[in-house]
Amino acid sequence: MIPDSVRDDFPILSRAIGKKPLVYLDNAATTQKPRAMIDTVSRFYEFENANIHRGVHYLSMNATDAHDRARERIARAIGAPDPRGIVFVRGTTEAINLVAAGLAEEIGPGDEIVLTLLEHHANVVPWQLLAQRRGAVLRFAPVTDAGRIDVEGFRGCFSDRTKIAAFTAVSNALGTITPAAELTRIAKERGATVLIDGAQAVPHGRVDVAGLGCDFFAFSGHKVFGPDGIGVLWGHRERLDAMPPYQGGGDMIERVSVEGSTFRQAPERFEAGTPNISGAIGLAAAFDYLEGLGLEALAARERALLDYATERIGGIPGVRLLGPDDTREKVGVLSFTMDSAHPHDIGTILDTEGIAIRAGHHCAQPLMDRLGLAGTARASFAFYNTIEEVDRLAEGILKVKRFFD
Amino acid sequence: MDDELDDLYQEIILSHNKRPRNMGPLEPHSHEAEGYNPLCGDRYRIYVREGDDGKIEAVTFDGEGCAISKASASILTEAVKNHTRAEVDAKIAEALELLTAKEEPKVDLMTLGELAALAGVRKFPPRVKCATLAWHTLASALKDAGTISTEG
Ligand SMILES: Cc1ncc(COP(=O)(O)O)c(C=O)c1O
Repeated sequence: MIPDSVRDDFPILSRAIGKKPLVYLDNAATTQKPRAMIDTVSRFYEFENANIHRGVHYLSMNATDAHDRARERIARAIGAPDPRGIVFVRGTTEAINLVAAGLAEEIGPGDEIVLTLLEHHANVVPWQLLAQRRGAVLRFAPVTDAGRIDVEGFRGCFSDRTKIAAFTAVSNALGTITPAAELTRIAKERGATVLIDGAQAVPHGRVDVAGLGCDFFAFSGHKVFGPDGIGVLWGHRERLDAMPPYQGGGDMIERVSVEGSTFRQAPERFEAGTPNISGAIGLAAAFDYLEGLGLEALAARERALLDYATERIGGIPGVRLLGPDDTREKVGVLSFTMDSAHPHDIGTILDTEGIAIRAGHHCAQPLMDRLGLAGTARASFAFYNTIEEVDRLAEGILKVKRFFD
Repeated sequence: MDDELDDLYQEIILSHNKRPRNMGPLEPHSHEAEGYNPLCGDRYRIYVREGDDGKIEAVTFDGEGCAISKASASILTEAVKNHTRAEVDAKIAEALELLTAKEEPKVDLMTLGELAALAGVRKFPPRVKCATLAWHTLASALKDAGTISTEG
């Protein structure tokens, strides 16, 4: 078992909020950064900084190599057979927008796109925009009261007009792990192009994009202990090369003349302009760090925290936990409501104890509507959290009750 | 921090949250508006009945939100009742000054009545828009300006 001293790798975790030590339980929003990742980014700027693909000079060639190696490193981390299927983007949101824009030509009036009620707005709004532009129709697969995707209901959403299916591998609001491989199989049988939102999956264990069988997979660096402003769209090479460019500019062209331009293949086709070079290198360093500790060991630590928190917090009278009861169906997310207090009031009171949680609809309003909630309070764990921090969360919730009960 | 928390969740606020005054639709009414905070989902509708003499006869509110936004709306309904339009406009300005002033608010806490209980909100910047929502909504209702939306 990885000891609590793993916290020492994360400089921010030793700071205080007011007079209270920070208890950071907002990891589903963004994760904290290990020293090794921060140092890698600093070293790049202090010793290695140059633009890529443009220089014949030493630094530029070195930076280009480092950027290429980062792509290979990240491909390995998520089971992508070919690093050229890794497109660097700003994050999950941009990845999904890129695919929605790229598939627009293939979508006509009356065509259908299948989503689920579990989705983050990032996996809803780009499809709504596409549907509006092309006259397509969205179908939302139902979710059960316990926050699981209803697989038969999902199957029932498909028709001969279905062109795309997009769904999350893990719910950010509840932590539910969805049967992404099975959903992919169902969608593929109906000939749909499949995009998986992996933003909340990659932080919690080994992901194998090739094994999932999807066409596209998206995630964000900042949620996997890497930098913000960098993310990945993984796609099958043939699928990527069949899509038109997303943005135009330098680096994505083969040749530009006044008559017109020809475009490179993936991934450069989708990476116009100077990319987030340090971000890509930092993200690769984050995977080095995580795999150095062992993904299975990290997941085990997180599960122990979730099991304990489910018992401890779930046992407080007036607290209602949301999502599946069985913690094996979830990642380290504890989404809850209280009979006497609104999520925002819970969040404010916990904040005065130095405890950072998220309160609100978690950018998942269709799910909140489905569950009949305006919002929830969400504590989300990473492997660097501790049992003592769960106890402090429990004490904070008791303090909320002292105000509101 | 605990003192500030006690200032935020004063007894008056907690009582208005638990037993909101004048909650529910008002029939008949002369003005209404909806206020929505898209970031946190707080949503209220405010109904106003203006008398022939130009005084506000009754104000009610309906909707869902946190303790701060609900208490603020509840206090509002009592604070503006039986006042002229000019007096209500002044009260709205006073409440917004109390809640959003960068420096010490230029208001006389002694004459504010229960509204003074909202003074602690200023120390919690993320919660200021919870407290101002009902007041902006009332202003919009009186101008017949329809739905308003604040973020944060
Ligand atoms: C499931 C899910 N999808 C997409 C996103 C959007 O990610 P980003 O804001 O990094 O683009 C998030 C982030 O909250 C998420 O949790």
